[in-house]
Amino acid sequence: MSPTPHDPDRPDQPPEPGTGREELSPFPGQADPGAPQQEHSQVISDKYSVEQEIDLSGRSFSQGQLVRRRFFRHRVAMASLVFLVLTTVLAFTSIGYGWIPGWWDKEFWLSATVVDGGRPTLEVFPPSPGEYPFGQENTGKDYFALTMRGTQRTLMVAFTVGILSTLIGTLIGAIAGYFRGWAEAFLMRTTDLFIVMPLLVLAAVLGKIAGGGIWPLSLMLSFVVWTGLARLVRGEVLSLREREFVTAAEAIGTSSWRIILKHILPNTMGTIIVSATLTIATTILLESSLSFLGFGVQPPDTSLGRLISDYQQSFTVRPWLFWWPGMFILLIALTVNFLGDGLRDAFDPRQSRSAD
Amino acid sequence: MTTTTPASAGTASDSSGAVLDFRDIDVRFGTEFGTVHAVKGVSLHVNPGEVVALVGESGSGKSVTSMTAMRLLPGNARINGVVTVAGTDISRIPEREMRRKRGKDIAMVFQEPMTALNPVLTIGTQLTEALELHGIATGKAAQSRAVELLEMVGIPEPHRRIKQYPHELSGGQRQRVVIAIALSCDPRVIIADEPTTALDVTVQADILDLLRSLKDKLNTGILLITHNMGVVADMADRVAVMFKGELVEEGTADEVLLNPQHDYTRVLLGSVPRLGAGRDQMGVNVPDTVRNEEADLAIDLQNLVIEYHRLGRPPFRAVDDVSFQVRQGEIVGLVGESGSGKSTIGRCALGLIPAASGEFRLLGEDLGQLKRSQLKALRRRIGVIFQDPAASLNPRMPIGECIAEPMVVHKVGDKKSRENKIYELLDAVQLPRAVYNRYPHEVSGGQRQRISIARALTLDPELLVADEPTSALDVSVQARVLRIFAELQAEYKFACLFISHDLSVVDLLAHQVVVLQQGKVVEAGLREQILHDPQQEYTQRLLAAAPVPDPREQRQRREQRHQLLRSFGDEVVELKVSGDRFHERSHHDTPPEDPDR
Repeated sequence: MSPTPHDPDRPDQPPEPGTGREELSPFPGQADPGAPQQEHSQVISDKYSVEQEIDLSGRSFSQGQLVRRRFFRHRVAMASLVFLVLTTVLAFTSIGYGWIPGWWDKEFWLSATVVDGGRPTLEVFPPSPGEYPFGQENTGKDYFALTMRGTQRTLMVAFTVGILSTLIGTLIGAIAGYFRGWAEAFLMRTTDLFIVMPLLVLAAVLGKIAGGGIWPLSLMLSFVVWTGLARLVRGEVLSLREREFVTAAEAIGTSSWRIILKHILPNTMGTIIVSATLTIATTILLESSLSFLGFGVQPPDTSLGRLISDYQQSFTVRPWLFWWPGMFILLIALTVNFLGDGLRDAFDPRQSRSAD
Repeated sequence: MTTTTPASAGTASDSSGAVLDFRDIDVRFGTEFGTVHAVKGVSLHVNPGEVVALVGESGSGKSVTSMTAMRLLPGNARINGVVTVAGTDISRIPEREMRRKRGKDIAMVFQEPMTALNPVLTIGTQLTEALELHGIATGKAAQSRAVELLEMVGIPEPHRRIKQYPHELSGGQRQRVVIAIALSCDPRVIIADEPTTALDVTVQADILDLLRSLKDKLNTGILLITHNMGVVADMADRVAVMFKGELVEEGTADEVLLNPQHDYTRVLLGSVPRLGAGRDQMGVNVPDTVRNEEADLAIDLQNLVIEYHRLGRPPFRAVDDVSFQVRQGEIVGLVGESGSGKSTIGRCALGLIPAASGEFRLLGEDLGQLKRSQLKALRRRIGVIFQDPAASLNPRMPIGECIAEPMVVHKVGDKKSRENKIYELLDAVQLPRAVYNRYPHEVSGGQRQRISIARALTLDPELLVADEPTSALDVSVQARVLRIFAELQAEYKFACLFISHDLSVVDLLAHQVVVLQQGKVVEAGLREQILHDPQQEYTQRLLAAAPVPDPREQRQRREQRHQLLRSFGDEVVELKVSGDRFHERSHHDTPPEDPDR
């Protein structure tokens, strides 16, 4: 990876990123501590060494920085990130959260007179939200506020489950993969047990036990969706533990937990993060299905799936009651999935489907 | 098809009769960080019946150059120049036609025979595949041809072998199968990309004998890509030296190896340790001190047995009744081919695998009797260097942290003193202090290996276990690492168990040599005695098989080796067919159908 020469005639042009010259001192003659250390008595053997002079002039890219660089250049993932952030911001600022007030003047639990059959007042041309941009439901509640509340709940459940299940899965996978033996046998058979039970049935039973609050529900869902990650992490750890740097750490006298936390897990970060995003997408759909079936979030609270289930009778006459929450489910699930794709490409550029 | 061009048609500069001709080849790869100019205008040709060695270290572009002839470079490569294979300019022909040429006109022998063969297909299937694809033979005829090919490359019981899978064969046999597949369609030219690098020396010598008889008997041109100057001396008619994408020198093997003109070639040849030249080569100078019989024992092995447990089968005995000693301040070379158990002994010395029986005393302590905490305390006094520079450092840890790891684990020193120690070590291995915050992927293989050495020496160990520390490195890089290693050993006076398959490196460094074969000690003693006057048959074979980078000397050594083999009652490997018959057969068996069905 020799740096391409920077055009000397155009000192005003900043060197391209990645050329390894971005941070060279622009002042001639100024000692640059990061400049390659040339020895004056360069012998021929150094000149013809295939050992490259370590390029100390450029910025140091750690693995993490390289990944970030690739991720930020992934257009679809970036667009998805923007969409997801906008959706989140919209959901949380519009109706506020808890005692923090939002900028939208209607509450999701207040009924009102149904105006114009509850038809949405949102106009695209000329753009104006009107009184009830997403329309009203049967009892005149503002459907925009309801959808925002549902989005909040869905996002919270999804991210909590994403994080919790990732922790569980990583821990179980790492222990099983590193210690092998009976620990692996026990943990992996338990994982198999969870895998063979139909996910939706298991989640429904646990959702019922949770009783409708979103935090117990998230906890319960976390207990069913960690299995895939556990298997993935175990596989990664199995191959990493045979690598020489792990053997070297063992030979130094490093304790098992330090090896797992310091040497093995950082190297599985790619798998873990990618899997976590995909888990979030799955959870959104799972929570929606559960709520639709009536095992998820219980009234008076609501979620996107709950909204669809509540108004399934009204679809023929008031289709917007289906379209708005449906669109938000789709939007969140898609953007999170694309984010996962972008992360995977960033962590493992060899798998990238885009031509390099 | 096979118009036999007389081998004498081409002198070194004449390329009119060449079967493979590169003209101004220029290859660039577009990558994330801009363009990499891999090959910068290389012209080279291979005549029939001639071996041209393309020599260079990693990154020289030798493999990329050869791949342009197969048109198998990845999609981000931009190729300029003309490659002519058997008279056809292959840069112009469509992919369909190119596919027909691959295997038939130009074939390839790969480096790693295990990965070059498909593990789920039988040897027979893989051999007949090429024959059937190119329409040379089908069904029964292809089967019998496959048997014939296996017989040609010297695989015993070809009828049985043809039904076996790659894992049932040894490494050398697998490489013979790969050569047989390359030969199956009677190609005009074979590209052999490091064909013996993954093999043991004795096997390497056999494979080289096979390749040599192949070009003599079949008049095939061979483009041999290698980094091993000994292999070049043994095989090549002409040599082309590449350095960073450019061809720096070209000439006959005798010219280039005995009277190199370019500085790089001189450096390259000067970095190759020569077996039998003993101490004081390449600036590596290990004092050949008189053996101190009084010194404490760093390693004391008594009848050590190590077994690997296998499910449902009797355990595999990797080390069988091995006894030897390493004294303080002494370097002991543990030599053997793959499967000899040398790395297993090294791992046992690190306390990573238990001994099944026998005694392993390390720095006075019996490894088998130690408690966990005692083992940890003992590990503080031992350093380790592994073979693979790419795998032996944690890619997620900055270099400074990697080196500091032993101090952190054993809670030695505070932040300031650790930092000072790391700077001191970086100076010792001749790396700039600024690499402290860099990551392993930013430095090259040899530099990483120097970091491994620094890490091994962090706690001033009394014993160092070095498992093939330089075998993954280029020769010029190896020379530097060995130099640093020898300097550090003289300074720190640690005892060292130096595990290696490379006899010339051991000759350069070790005080004592232990030769292992299949888990047993064949011969052990002082370096001079073992390497210059071996008593055992196996040691003699081993020494005779190691090639030296001097064509004239290597020719003599080859003759001596063949004599030695005959005296042991072995036969010298060669292609078992006369050239004419082979060519005739492949003519008559060609059915007139579309080969690209």
